[in-house]
Amino acid sequence: MAQKSKIRARAAALAAGFEAAGAVPVETPVLLPAEALLDLYGEDIRGRAYVTSDALRGEQMLRPDFTVPVVQMHMAHGAEPARYTYAGEVFRRQEDDPARANEYMQVGYEVFDRENPAASDAEVFAVIQDALKGVELRAATGDIGILAAAVAGLETTEHRKRALARHIWRPRKFKALLERFAGRSEVPASRAALLAADVPMAHGYSDIGLRSQTEVAARIDALREDAAAEPISALQVELIEALLAVRETLPNALEHIRDLAVDMPAISGAARRLRERMEALDARGVDVARLEFEASYGRTSMEYYDGFVFGFYVPGRADLPAVATGGRYDALTQVLGQGREIPAVGGVIRPGVLVDLEDAA
Amino acid sequence: MSIKLGVPSKGRLMEKTFDWFGARGVQLSRTGSDREYAGAVEGVDGVELVLLSAGEIPRELAAGRIHLGVTGTDLVREKLGQWEQQVAELALLGFGHADLIIAVPGCWADVDTLEDLDAAAAAFRETHGFRMRIATKYHRLVREFLRDNGVADYQLVDSQGATEGTIKNMTAEGVADITSTGDTLRANHLKILSDALVLKSQATLFKSRKAAMTDAERATMKALLQKLELDG
Repeated sequence: MAQKSKIRARAAALAAGFEAAGAVPVETPVLLPAEALLDLYGEDIRGRAYVTSDALRGEQMLRPDFTVPVVQMHMAHGAEPARYTYAGEVFRRQEDDPARANEYMQVGYEVFDRENPAASDAEVFAVIQDALKGVELRAATGDIGILAAAVAGLETTEHRKRALARHIWRPRKFKALLERFAGRSEVPASRAALLAADVPMAHGYSDIGLRSQTEVAARIDALREDAAAEPISALQVELIEALLAVRETLPNALEHIRDLAVDMPAISGAARRLRERMEALDARGVDVARLEFEASYGRTSMEYYDGFVFGFYVPGRADLPAVATGGRYDALTQVLGQGREIPAVGGVIRPGVLVDLEDAA
Repeated sequence: MSIKLGVPSKGRLMEKTFDWFGARGVQLSRTGSDREYAGAVEGVDGVELVLLSAGEIPRELAAGRIHLGVTGTDLVREKLGQWEQQVAELALLGFGHADLIIAVPGCWADVDTLEDLDAAAAAFRETHGFRMRIATKYHRLVREFLRDNGVADYQLVDSQGATEGTIKNMTAEGVADITSTGDTLRANHLKILSDALVLKSQATLFKSRKAAMTDAERATMKALLQKLELDG
């Protein structure tokens, strides 16, 4: 692990490069109110962030990333369009692997711009790639928006589509739900019995707690509706599986996805955006013919990316963390904007990993 | 110096531990007044009895301040990251059986599995504007279990005791707690989810992988384990 002062100097140089690309430097607090982060990420964030508290402000989290405070700052008093850069420590609780850092620097570049999402995606990717010039890295890209569009276009109930959309970031659960809705998995005995019962609400227990019997009845109605609905067809499941399996160079992936869009018209818009992004990347001088695209990429990372996603990795070193990661997070600005939203895309570099690589070279 | 053996300082867990060692020719006992946490070991030389709260024994083992300790598997796995690298399981003692389970109100006729819990949590959040609360003191084990099983839209709320009462008091919608017979859960109008066994726990003799030993202490450890008919 390189010296902290060296990592700081590298971080400052990266931030200066982002400033030269047009970003305004910003600072954010290190201690963030836990509530906003918990509301956004759920309980999982407690496994990843350090939580502390005082009697006055309640629970606070040591900044696990910059995205949330930067979005909050922009939504509170930012002018549009905006480009920001920042450099500082983030803190990640580690409970299983002592080799993983629990404190490290991040340098970021974020773009808030309504005009041309494809151009903004390409800009962030190209600016980050340019900053990493001289180090041999493998770039991975994906697009969560394509899977989301495919789910929204399924010929099935709204209830099922919402359930699947909710679990896009949990691949195993997503697959189990898809199989359930396709009628491929066995219905649990307790559910079969519940649906067969004449009076399903008769249980002999006292009615306690905040979740009311009205809510229980509503869910039983939803289960009945689901049991009566046609299973998702084998063809539709195959199309989703074929989409998730797409993994090739970007031009080939685009062709493949456009072929799938013939049978899945719902992804046509997302396929068009993928093409526009490819053209914008090409215009930025990115070698798109050799750029990898993986439809499943980014599904296990943090839940806020909902469009373009990318990462830069050290080839042959799966043990090292990504040198840089980023993506589009439009939905996050909606959640944090309390009624307002702004399309946003950004990425971060870990200067510590970069310095180690440069030292080893 | 001596080999330090950490044993729960009170209650049935202490008595049963004393019985287990006694049956193998090692007599453990409390000394002094009832209130003083001091103990004695007979049957093998060079072993010191340290009476501790069962909840502190994992930490003491990991810190190497005791060489051996008796506590529940649940506590070791909740409190120690990479527990296998910090302690070794020497023997399951056959008592203190308890299952870490997830329970919800029995009046939730629609919820029996984790899949139901996840769907109910999504609807609950839409209705009430906050995530479904699960009261527990086993935060790490429960969070990992729910994550692995694809449950979202919940939050854990800390409860260090009388956890079963939190639902009636409207401070939680579900609980994750240790149960041996399920009687307390039933008395509090709760039912156990059919597929949510987080962990099966029992009293276990652990050896610290972190505690340093002199040659003399190593010999004492060997003699003690021989007497207990265990492989160290």
